[in-house]
Amino acid sequence: MPLFASFVCGLIFGAGLLISGMTDPQKVLGFLDLFGAWDATLAFVMAGAVAVAATGFAIAQRRAAPAFSARFLWPDRNDIDAPLVGGAVLFGIGWGLAGICPGPALVNLAGLSLPIVVFVVAMLAGMIGQNLFGKNLWRRRTLAPRLENPPLPSRADG
Amino acid sequence: MHDFTPVSGLLGGALIGLAAALLMLLTGRIAGVTGIVGGLLQPDIADRSADRSWRIAFIAGLIAAPLIAALFGAPLPRPAMHASLVVIAIAGLLVGFGTRMGNGCTSGHGVCGFARLSGRSIVATFIFMTAAIVTVAIVRHGIGG
Repeated sequence: MPLFASFVCGLIFGAGLLISGMTDPQKVLGFLDLFGAWDATLAFVMAGAVAVAATGFAIAQRRAAPAFSARFLWPDRNDIDAPLVGGAVLFGIGWGLAGICPGPALVNLAGLSLPIVVFVVAMLAGMIGQNLFGKNLWRRRTLAPRLENPPLPSRADG
Repeated sequence: MHDFTPVSGLLGGALIGLAAALLMLLTGRIAGVTGIVGGLLQPDIADRSADRSWRIAFIAGLIAAPLIAALFGAPLPRPAMHASLVVIAIAGLLVGFGTRMGNGCTSGHGVCGFARLSGRSIVATFIFMTAAIVTVAIVRHGIGG
């Protein structure tokens, strides 16, 4: 049941990306291009998504546990550190170059067009590279998580 | 070139938010695509099969969405991309490395982080939005930065 729930959530998420137009890199770049023919659609996508997610999260915060698992894994970090800032800068540059971020990249993978396959392979390589290099660059972060809790909640904001 | 589509934007956005809300309410997880995919590629997390399977299920749902739409006559997504394959590969590397380093992308920081009013996520979102806007300004107009 939790697996089916995850699948359905992925399905709804993907449908939302398709309907909103955010799987089209030209539409995303149209939002990011403040100095061209600016397309504000992405702001409406974010507004709709944040409003509904915030409502759902508010409901979740009043419950003891999720329906199909033992506890809520809320991200628990509040510090603004160098990896957060540096990672956001690198991600933003890549996003601006291609107009694709990780969610739309995976939805677009269904079409198996060459540019998307190249992007996804490079993206996965970048993630693996960060997993490897990150241990040397940001040692204090990788030492911390192996304690009693699974490493995920304290590390992954998203 | 592209029309402003606020209605489909809001509707699609609401579905994205619904998916994020449901994933938390049902499984207790944050719907951040970077964290979900990245966890699969990280040995200390990927060793646990229960943790691996929900990630694969979510990703399968993402990829299944356009396939199911295609059953109802929608074209498969094959978006036009104007950048060369080399630039696309560099962009993919930067997106993969940067999102893992910064612990999140548009979904985890942008949608879920804003919905939680997380200071980290709001800062990250403003930074990657700004970096992307500056990058597009330089590429398209040779200005900014």
